[in-house]
Amino acid sequence: MTTMTISFAETDEQQQLRSMLRDFLAARGTSERVREVMASDTGVDDAAWKELGEYGLLGLTIPEEYGGAGSTFVELALVLEEAGKRLLPVPLLSSAVLGTAALQLAATDEQKQQWLPQVATGGLRLALAHLDQRGRMTSDPGVTARRDGDGWVLEGVAGYVVDGRTADLVVTAATTDDGLVLFAVAGDADGLTRDAIPALDLTRPLATLRYDGVRLGTDALLDGGDPMTALHDAVAAGVVAIACEQVGGAQQVLEMTTAYARERIQFGRKIGSFQAVKHRLAEGLVKLEAARSAALHAARAIAAGDKQEVPVAAAMAKSLCGEVYEAIAADAIQLHGGIGFTWEHDAHLYFKRAKATKLLLGDPHLHRRLLGDVLGL
Amino acid sequence: MSTDERARVEGQIEALFASHPPADTPHPEFWGAQFDHGLAWVQFPEGFGGLGVSPRWQADINRRIEEAGGSIRNRFNNVLGVGMGAGTLIAHGSEELQRRFLRPMFTCEEIWCQLFSEPGAGSDLAALSTTAVREGDTWIVNGQKVWNTLAHLAKWGLLVTRTDPDVPKHAGLTYFVVDMEADGVDVRPLYQITGEAEFNEVYFDDVHIPDSMRLGEVGEGWAVSMTTLMNERVAIGGHVAPRGSGAISHAVNAWEQTDKDDAVARDQLLAYWVEAEAMRLTAIRAGEAAKRGTPGPEGSTAKLHWADLNKSITSFAIDLMGAEGMTYPQGYDFSRPDLTANRTEDPHKAFLRARANSIEGGTSEIMKNILGERVLGLPGEPRVDKNVAWRDVPRS
Repeated sequence: MTTMTISFAETDEQQQLRSMLRDFLAARGTSERVREVMASDTGVDDAAWKELGEYGLLGLTIPEEYGGAGSTFVELALVLEEAGKRLLPVPLLSSAVLGTAALQLAATDEQKQQWLPQVATGGLRLALAHLDQRGRMTSDPGVTARRDGDGWVLEGVAGYVVDGRTADLVVTAATTDDGLVLFAVAGDADGLTRDAIPALDLTRPLATLRYDGVRLGTDALLDGGDPMTALHDAVAAGVVAIACEQVGGAQQVLEMTTAYARERIQFGRKIGSFQAVKHRLAEGLVKLEAARSAALHAARAIAAGDKQEVPVAAAMAKSLCGEVYEAIAADAIQLHGGIGFTWEHDAHLYFKRAKATKLLLGDPHLHRRLLGDVLGL
Repeated sequence: MSTDERARVEGQIEALFASHPPADTPHPEFWGAQFDHGLAWVQFPEGFGGLGVSPRWQADINRRIEEAGGSIRNRFNNVLGVGMGAGTLIAHGSEELQRRFLRPMFTCEEIWCQLFSEPGAGSDLAALSTTAVREGDTWIVNGQKVWNTLAHLAKWGLLVTRTDPDVPKHAGLTYFVVDMEADGVDVRPLYQITGEAEFNEVYFDDVHIPDSMRLGEVGEGWAVSMTTLMNERVAIGGHVAPRGSGAISHAVNAWEQTDKDDAVARDQLLAYWVEAEAMRLTAIRAGEAAKRGTPGPEGSTAKLHWADLNKSITSFAIDLMGAEGMTYPQGYDFSRPDLTANRTEDPHKAFLRARANSIEGGTSEIMKNILGERVLGLPGEPRVDKNVAWRDVPRS
């Protein structure tokens, strides 16, 4: 049905990138730091974000002519996987994936020149507002736009905007009389209010955005590509990005639980010697490796620009990785016993990230439905 | 060095193809010539079917032969010999035995079988109780083996026996090549839940084996057995089946026969489709990693995942059939199928055959122990049979 054009093997450059990220995250992505940021007003680690920008990791998929690194989605996926291991609270998904993809696919050349170089340094943070107030992905988002003289006026509510409160520029999907269009709306635009949603996962802020007569000039309209296609492809990139992040998180939490099972003694034995514990961890490893294959494959399909394969691979990765991460994180709480249920232990942070990302941008049932439609089953 | 090896392998392939065009030479004759050119097991020494080069060239050689219209069926038809016995002979056999056995093994003139498992020694192979007692230069063997593929066609068997019951179980084993046509060897079909007999039971009643047929030292049978089992995964081309094939094809076919209006069943079907495809991608990933010489955990999870998923999917396919799932159209005919029964086109048979997937080649429970202990580094179970003479260990 398809031909794999990119090997699963990592290039030397990718291995160097991974090793650099590990060093960075060992210093920046500590549990203490994540918890500190969780408790802050914005929920974003600004210092880590700035550093990622200095390393050139925020514009990986942005072409060099727009100030980016001109790398592929495979490199970006690798960053997400490593960041996912540490639950790094930075707007990678919202800005480096969703917002960047939307701008690249829908913005005019002039608009790209204006924004993308700043996005690549981390100076301009993007978010994507395309869901209605209840978080549904429909062809009719919660925001409408009507012409007003030379410009536009936006009304309505966008729900579940990842990092919506802290974004400098919100790519907003809106319905017009001529169908769906995308606008770039400044985060501090008059008439725009941004309220935090009390989130299950405190490491990834969500916001409700209310557009009460937000006035935009013509230059806010993203007019460089078909908006429907752009939105669709940006969401596909987001879906695969989440899957890669989930694989990183699942691996980390499985390692955490395995380490505990090697040390914890009950009944005079390391609990990892009990088959009831050992087998559950082995099953976790089997699931993890399957999830990793699905995520890596999907990232490579995007990098190769394989239009036929991306819908299959993305739906596959999102449905599988979400369920695998949740299962491994849930097992982590169970196998840690009482300590795993405490606030002080990190197990719940992974469990919450797992559950939230399983539902973000479509739950496994939805993605299996989409996959079935593509496959004709 | 690797360029040198490539050139040598390439030269031998060209010479072989020139003297014995793969598409036009009868298979046994071609395989004999392939052996003589050192392209049978390329890592073996010269004169013994190899060139003494890296085994990774073998996959290329096999592919070239198939592309040229030749056959590598001997690797399947004589799988216990070509796949497992050959490596054991090279590692532990005398030169005399190597010269005697390897070539007719590769040409399939002599079929081989493996005689390891017993009714009382499945997962715990080292507990086996078939005895070999020495009388001068001869060993007298008594006992029963089970799950012996190809034993009814085999000329030679790879046999592991207990030669010393007074030491701990691993220390008292000795390994032989046994003539399956010898007096006292009785091969009987073993019928499975499918009604077919892919396997045999083999009974030994005072069977005489010359000491010259021993592989490895007396008491080192466990190490020799491990060599055989390690060779189980010798590359036979590294084929990964295409997307949508295998068990999931049964489920998809069954779904196509339904009204396709059950959302729950559809969700389950797609969940299995995804898992099957992820497993297939994992096999590709494992193959790439093995080729690079950097195998990771993905290779170790494959067997376990495949076994359990195959069972689930083939069972689900039967569920989708509704009342038809209660039928067994082929009937239980008590036949002897060929070796490809595990890849049957019949979903009813596939459903039953898959039950064995999580038992054969290491039960899923044992595989989980191995993953847990060797990959995840978890401690082993406390052992009650350690440092105890085999004679004194409880047996059912």
